[in-house]
Amino acid sequence: MEPVRTQRGRVLVVDDDSSLAEMLTIVLRNEGFEPRVCSTGDRALAAVRDFRPDLVLLDLMLPGKDGVDVCREVRNESGVPIIMLTAKNDTVDIVVGLESGADDYVVKPFKPKELVARVRARLRKFDGDVPEELRIGDLSIDVAGHTVSRSGERLSLTPLEFDLLVCLARKPWQVFTREVLLEQVWGYRHAADTRLVNVHVQRLRSKVEIDPENPQIVLTVRGVGYTAGEPPAAG
Amino acid sequence: MAHQVQRGASSPLAQAGQRLDQALVLAWRSLLTPVRSLVDVWRRSIQARVVIGTLALSAVLALLAGWVLLRQVTEGLLDSKQQASIAQATVGAQTAQARLDSAEIGSFFDVGPEIRKLIEVLSPSAEAQNDYDVVIIGPVSAGPAVQPTGGSLASGQVDAAATISRGLMDAVRSSPGVYWSYAPIHQQGQSSIPGLVVGSQLQISSTGQSYALFYVFPLAEQQQTLSVVRSALITTGALLVVLLGTIAWLVTRQVVTPVRLARRIAERLAAGHLEERMQVRGEDDIARLGTSFNQMAASLQRQIRQLEELSRVQRRFVADVSHELRTPLTTVRMAADVLHDAKDDFDPVTARSAELLQGELDRFEGLLTDLLEISRFDAGVAVLDLSEVDLGDLARRVADSTAALAAQRGSTVRVRVPDEPCVTTADVRRLERIARNLIVNAINYGNGHDVDVAVARSEDAVALSVRDFGIGLKRGEDTLVFNRFWRADPARDRTHGGTGLGLSIAVEDTVLHGGRLDAWGAPGRGSVFRLTLPRRAGGRVGESPLPLQPLDDEQTATVGGPYARFSGPRGVR
Repeated sequence: MEPVRTQRGRVLVVDDDSSLAEMLTIVLRNEGFEPRVCSTGDRALAAVRDFRPDLVLLDLMLPGKDGVDVCREVRNESGVPIIMLTAKNDTVDIVVGLESGADDYVVKPFKPKELVARVRARLRKFDGDVPEELRIGDLSIDVAGHTVSRSGERLSLTPLEFDLLVCLARKPWQVFTREVLLEQVWGYRHAADTRLVNVHVQRLRSKVEIDPENPQIVLTVRGVGYTAGEPPAAG
Repeated sequence: MAHQVQRGASSPLAQAGQRLDQALVLAWRSLLTPVRSLVDVWRRSIQARVVIGTLALSAVLALLAGWVLLRQVTEGLLDSKQQASIAQATVGAQTAQARLDSAEIGSFFDVGPEIRKLIEVLSPSAEAQNDYDVVIIGPVSAGPAVQPTGGSLASGQVDAAATISRGLMDAVRSSPGVYWSYAPIHQQGQSSIPGLVVGSQLQISSTGQSYALFYVFPLAEQQQTLSVVRSALITTGALLVVLLGTIAWLVTRQVVTPVRLARRIAERLAAGHLEERMQVRGEDDIARLGTSFNQMAASLQRQIRQLEELSRVQRRFVADVSHELRTPLTTVRMAADVLHDAKDDFDPVTARSAELLQGELDRFEGLLTDLLEISRFDAGVAVLDLSEVDLGDLARRVADSTAALAAQRGSTVRVRVPDEPCVTTADVRRLERIARNLIVNAINYGNGHDVDVAVARSEDAVALSVRDFGIGLKRGEDTLVFNRFWRADPARDRTHGGTGLGLSIAVEDTVLHGGRLDAWGAPGRGSVFRLTLPRRAGGRVGESPLPLQPLDDEQTATVGGPYARFSGPRGVR
């Protein structure tokens, strides 16, 4: 019953400004995506269930239910990548947005190419068809199968969190700076907002660490960045 | 050689000298500190001044009054004693003379017993033994014979030689009459006491000899009285002074306490606690001061609230406008991009219009971003996202990112960074924005000349300076240049496309870091913009590690004198 997918993927645009929403659909369609518009926050969750998008573009300022709430609701149900559109550049707003589950954000006014690059980066898969089994701490990662498990129990991660974990696990000897992670996981080619990394590392830890206060999987290297935890000696 | 040793800073002698100097300075300071704190108390406390002033004045007054009083008492006491004594001595002398005149003195041998008899007669009775003593010295002769030729006889224990002064002796000897003087009385085996000595001549007509008769009146009683009076005066005076001081203290306290209270409340008002008021009790002057003070505070509070409200509304408005503009601008921006991408299919006029639209939208967007940033500074909501930053790395990174623009203008950006890292705690994003602003400005106003970027550090500061060799700044423009929307030449500068807010934002960013941004420029010789930041967040920026005025500028030699002359490449260490 899987609907036929277009090559680029389906994008749900949640925005109350009809002109901007229309403009976004024009640009996205030009780039080969299949967009759909949802104009209120209240209907966003239903639209996600119905449309099953590959990515959600979510305006943070929505009438009715506001973007942060929508983001939280969607995140509860699905790991679909969410990119926030925000008119505010203040640290607090962005961090609140990211903490509610958004993978990335774009500040208005943005250039279409910038937006498309962000969308593509989120839809890109960290995959390979070759079956690949990685270990990080006491976790095992099945890269092709997109699953992470601890002693047989599956952990549910969003694609972004999965990508972040795989990126660290593939080179356990390397310390990744936030800038490198931004480039490899988020696809930023120039230095960007390192808060993205901080917030998502926190989210990832809350899911994969036994004790998030005392991380064993994703370790902080003070003043440098992050590195993968050692697999236990027995394993 | 010896000279060199002495001059060498590391020679033991010089070191010892330095240590001595330091010790002296320290000692001087430790001596000065209490003096200074006393001076401070004097300067700052009305109460202290009034009390000390009252004490000093009343002490002077008490001393003066005591002195006058003591003098009068002394004079009164002594005058009566003196008169009585002289009268008694005169009577005694007359009695003695009469006795001598009536005695039958045939030869020198009769004189001695007669004189001895005389002493017994003149001596005080047993009950008045302490009233006076009688001394007869002789025989004495008038004229230049200096020493009394005879011995002396005394009624009591008086040491005649020590007690009777030469002046009095001479006076008595030279001519008849009654003479007196105050002199300490020396008694055998006892300390001296003050006394009055009255002397007169006794003549023995038959032998032609003369004797000196002295009455010695001890003044012990008077002295005792005086000392009692004196101590009473001192006690009274001291008590009076202390009492007056206390009264002054109490009285000034009445005035000063409310004044101090008012000061404290004024300070709290100044610190922003606008709801502070003075307590008003009664209807006296202080109460009226309190009432007026409270009225002033209320009026200030009202006005400040109004201004705050006004500026809050205004800031809110700017922020709202900026936000509200963003959504339509995004749409316009995307539409323009779509048009721009398709411009090859348009006729030339439409295509050019699409290009212009695109270009101006960039400017519009830049302006909006800058306006929003400024409104954030004005609202005081800008916050620093601090981390360790190497200013050298940052300068290189920003210079690299501006290379394309520089190449467009036909210039290159040269970066000179010291070997050691110039690390400071700062917000990277803001610091990059400052550096980019300065470098882009230098490229834009450099007329195609190269741009020099230098980085340096000192004990407590790091600095970055950007030098261009363009049109430079005129006199006074080095401060104007940081004003919002300021343009040196309105006709020319619009073509550079800056928003006119770049340097204002750079200044705000710098101030947020506790640093300093200053500019130097001379017409035709380019300009220098220098950023100085503390090495530790919250630290103080002292002297900047980099000069503001470039060392290679020929003006330096005339302005700074020969000391500032610099040969060789302009370098950072």
